[in-house]
Amino acid sequence: MKVKNSQKVGLFHIAWKNLARKKARSLLTLVGIALATWVLISLFGFNSGYKNSLDRDIDNLGFQMLVVAKGCPYEAATLMLKGGTGLKYMNEDVVKLIVREPEVESVTPMLMQVVFDPNKGQSGGLTAFLGVDPASFPKLKPGLSFKQGGWFTDPAALEVVMGYEAAELEQREVGDLYLIPEKEIELKVVGVLERSGTQDDGTIFLPLQTLQKIFGQEGQLTSVGIKVRKETNLAEFEEKMFKLPDVQVVSLTQVKTTIMTLVSTARILVLSIALIAILISIMGVINTVLMSVMERQKEIGILKAMGALAGDVFKLVWLETSLLCLLGGLLGAALAVGTSKLTEYLIRRLLPFAPSGGLISINAGLILTAIGAVVLLGLVSGIYPALRAARMRPLEAIRSDEE
Amino acid sequence: MKATPAIIEAENIKKIYKRGAEEIAAINGLSVAVNRGDFIAFVGPSGSGKTTLLNLLGCLDNPTSGKLTVNGRTVHQDGRGLSESQLTRIRRELFGYIFQKFYLIPTLTVLENILVPFAFFRKEGASQDVLPLLKKLGLENRMNHLPGQLSGGEMQRVAIARALVNRPEVLLADEPTGNLDSERSREIGKVLRQLNEEEGLTVLLVTHNLELAAMARLTISLRDGRIA
Repeated sequence: MKVKNSQKVGLFHIAWKNLARKKARSLLTLVGIALATWVLISLFGFNSGYKNSLDRDIDNLGFQMLVVAKGCPYEAATLMLKGGTGLKYMNEDVVKLIVREPEVESVTPMLMQVVFDPNKGQSGGLTAFLGVDPASFPKLKPGLSFKQGGWFTDPAALEVVMGYEAAELEQREVGDLYLIPEKEIELKVVGVLERSGTQDDGTIFLPLQTLQKIFGQEGQLTSVGIKVRKETNLAEFEEKMFKLPDVQVVSLTQVKTTIMTLVSTARILVLSIALIAILISIMGVINTVLMSVMERQKEIGILKAMGALAGDVFKLVWLETSLLCLLGGLLGAALAVGTSKLTEYLIRRLLPFAPSGGLISINAGLILTAIGAVVLLGLVSGIYPALRAARMRPLEAIRSDEE
Repeated sequence: MKATPAIIEAENIKKIYKRGAEEIAAINGLSVAVNRGDFIAFVGPSGSGKTTLLNLLGCLDNPTSGKLTVNGRTVHQDGRGLSESQLTRIRRELFGYIFQKFYLIPTLTVLENILVPFAFFRKEGASQDVLPLLKKLGLENRMNHLPGQLSGGEMQRVAIARALVNRPEVLLADEPTGNLDSERSREIGKVLRQLNEEEGLTVLLVTHNLELAAMARLTISLRDGRIA
């Protein structure tokens, strides 16, 4: 048997093997750090992911303001972004009043109707229909592109354009017929939209006049989208719109602020929990490393007798702490990335409103920052055990249990 | 003792411990000179101060008073001694230690345990190739084993190899056979004798085992902290 001349036993190797001595204890500490890192990364990933998705949802709406019939602004927000219930109507004459304003670049009237479809899913579900003006709506929604076909041929055509998911769910393609539940009116599918990652994916679009006629809502609208000129002072224009009778204005910045305020409350709560988790895991690290140092007093004494300086022993113990934290951080990051879909699913179930698209955005910068923070905290927590080990006098350490 | 210059010289050294108001003189005005190539066994009853003396001579502890010179350098004089880090630097250049318990790292192999001192310090001339040392100590077939797979005698031989890897000038052995049966004790005694005779290694031994003490070139008996 040959001795490899290249074989070296460095501090890293000794530190690693020291951690392997009490596997269960090291593993439990590591899991504690991993969980804290997981929460930290998921939380900050959620923060930026949610904001990005919300921004994108709002940008994809294509207009900066929405005029709706008087009602709760939250309902208005829901109406805009999710297609909710409790719809209130306003007369389409309001469009004429709005376009008179010099700040207005373009408007698009809309009527939303929601129908319960007993054949949707396992126990039925709601289907949202949005009546839009074929002349103005596409111009305000340049982001929408077609997978098949195009917009309606006529303002009163018996035609539908289906969002990507709506078409998938209904298994419809261009040229197929579509029957509105309980209305027994056949419409022809003339277009299927590409996936946009917004609520449009689940919406079925009809010409405004057609939808008004089918649902007996002639001359009625649920909302008017407004695009204002670039130089417009939004706050002043909003004031002006509030003077219109029986309507209210919801600006998208207002919606965004309201939602972000709601979400940030929840975020502060989760952040507090994350901080507590980190504190607990740091205590775990101190406990683990300190116990390990106390158990190895004699061995540390021997190392010092053999020539290890206080700094060498400090480095060794610190290295053990860093290794624990680094591995815990890496495991936590892997967990955060691996379970981001699950976390997103859980958040969607818990949050009152969640935008479409990815709610959790984890990037390399976030992972590196979180691991760096955990290792830094670990290094701080390792100072005390490392100092205790470094300060041991060899003889006292060797005799530690002989008294 | 030989006429060669002393590597360790203690003059009237004392080590006094305080226990409450009581002062206990573990070493009480003892003088001894250790020359290069010596093999000295310190014997005596429990509490005679032999381990304390070994610790003082090996720079693991500072005397309370007296003068201690190691390799020509004054380590302690008139109550003033070197700092712990200065003592460590002397220790790693000159001394190797073995104790009654072996203190091997259980998760490192025999070879890795022997190489541990190199993680902190490698003396000039100390070779990374430890195969000759392993062969000398009969460990060449055990080097990839973990300490838990070895007998007590083998573990002590690993501890000896670890103490020798940095080529010390003096090996200090404190009750090295205290945990071994008589056969393994003889085995360790032979190893120490061989290292002294063939390598010229200075060996200072503390033992209760008279058979082991008899293997030394010189036996010094202690009683009440003095040479009896």
